[in-house]
Amino acid sequence: MTPTAVLLSLSYLVSAVLFILCLRGLSGPQTARRGLFLGELGMLIAVVATLLHKEVVSYEWILAGLLLGSTIGVAISATIPMTKMPERIALSHSFGGLATGLVGIAEYMREGEHLSAFKMGALGFETFLGLLTFTGSIMAFGKLQGFISGAPITWKGQNVANIGLFFGSLVAIGLLVVRPELHVVFFGIAAVGLALGVMAVLPIGGADMPVVISLLNSYAGLAACATGFALGSQILIISGALDGSSGLLLSMLMSKAINRSFANVLFGAFGTSLTPGAAGAPQLTKAYNEATIEDAGAVLKASQSVIFVPGYGMAVSQAQHAVRDLAAALERRGVDVKYAIHPVAGRMPGHMNVLLAEANVSYDKLFDLDDINDDFARTDAVVIVGANDVVNPAAKKDKTSPIYGMPVFNVEQARSVLVLKRSMNPGFSGVENELFFAPNTMMVLGDAKKTLLALIGELKEG
Amino acid sequence: MSGEWIFNLYVFVLATFVGYQVIARVPPLLHTPLMSGTNAISGISLVASLIAAGSHHHLSQILGFIAVTCATINVVGGFLITDRMLRMFRRKPDAKPAPLSQDRQGKP
Repeated sequence: MTPTAVLLSLSYLVSAVLFILCLRGLSGPQTARRGLFLGELGMLIAVVATLLHKEVVSYEWILAGLLLGSTIGVAISATIPMTKMPERIALSHSFGGLATGLVGIAEYMREGEHLSAFKMGALGFETFLGLLTFTGSIMAFGKLQGFISGAPITWKGQNVANIGLFFGSLVAIGLLVVRPELHVVFFGIAAVGLALGVMAVLPIGGADMPVVISLLNSYAGLAACATGFALGSQILIISGALDGSSGLLLSMLMSKAINRSFANVLFGAFGTSLTPGAAGAPQLTKAYNEATIEDAGAVLKASQSVIFVPGYGMAVSQAQHAVRDLAAALERRGVDVKYAIHPVAGRMPGHMNVLLAEANVSYDKLFDLDDINDDFARTDAVVIVGANDVVNPAAKKDKTSPIYGMPVFNVEQARSVLVLKRSMNPGFSGVENELFFAPNTMMVLGDAKKTLLALIGELKEG
Repeated sequence: MSGEWIFNLYVFVLATFVGYQVIARVPPLLHTPLMSGTNAISGISLVASLIAAGSHHHLSQILGFIAVTCATINVVGGFLITDRMLRMFRRKPDAKPAPLSQDRQGKP
């Protein structure tokens, strides 16, 4: 090894340690920012060291890419509102996937025919997975952004087709290992990766997005790992493994939170997602208590303890600041306020936590499912802001319900439940929620933000 | 040469194991920053993109340029936005009658 190569390897080792310390810092909000700084330092070391690599001989394209990427990166991160975090994450997964896919193609064009069998296999896998992540994440982004319907798009035989394409690609990668000079096979794999990303994500409904985003995160990491194997670069293997295991762990947590086995999410979620309308036409004939702002305000005035349950609806109507203001108004009256956060509330893991943090809610008032579920029985009022499935008692009782077995909040045990909802229509999942028809539930229909602001006014008057 | 992939497999398995252990300790509170932070870290594919963009091969340079751009967006944007998020996570002593004792803890 030349001295430069040794220096390069040692720099990467330092980077890898710093990346692990970065993730270690994320185990608590107090240490998180310092941890992130270590991660940034690790990245800087890795990039500077790479510029010394013996294969790097020209710098014009590198500089252009670094400048353009930094400009776009800074612009996006400085301007994007927190409610758009799921979209940004989906988009960044697609950038990551595209980068690894293109690196795979570039590597194949440069020295495809001289690679060892193992490296050729890794290269094929990298290109396939990278491009799959690219289009899959674009689809997820489209669904979140709304330019592709958030409802599941299904067609006949899609599972068979998807699984067939997947195993077909594995066979093709095997063929490439034996005959690396077959350019057609290589670009065929790339094309199938692009197509499969689209076909695998289209059938998934908006409410399953937390699982999909975590899974794409994991794929992006695996693609980076495969790059590491193809190039013989340990730093890529380590960073990819960290990213991949993070995505894997999050997907497992998310799938547990919607009561699907991990295998079902990996292979079955693509297609067996809840069929809309399967639960029958909405029965609008059933009686429910529709409350005015005055009624709801009276309930809150009479309460000593209130728990807020936010859902995707809070993100849609950007109501997090109004929620915080109502909570503050209640606290000024001496009311005990908490927030109950379900793991799959919103469109990505931790979505609600970030929004409430943005609205300046202290994080020690945010509680997970297991930590708060026994408190509902002792609570005077629950305010549900745009959440639906996570408070549906059918998940506990009704074996025919598509969401049966999913862990949900015991909100119906509270003395009164205020549901802030746009209308009585069931959401995309089409699952009827009997909570809305319970005698101790009051439906306050309308835009959540407007309702919350009106309630704050109501509290001030009394 | 033949031993290299075994060696890399060791690295992969051990890194996955460490990653899993470390990430299992991240509370749900920080799951979005975790995802956006690991996303920035996986922008390390920038390293591979740099090699592609800095080579002699013309097509490789073009593809590498696009890859460098995409990976840099993730690295720069990922770290910046994660930091922006983490800055928001604060415990506020508001309305609680304990700010004095907290101040004392802050100063050794």
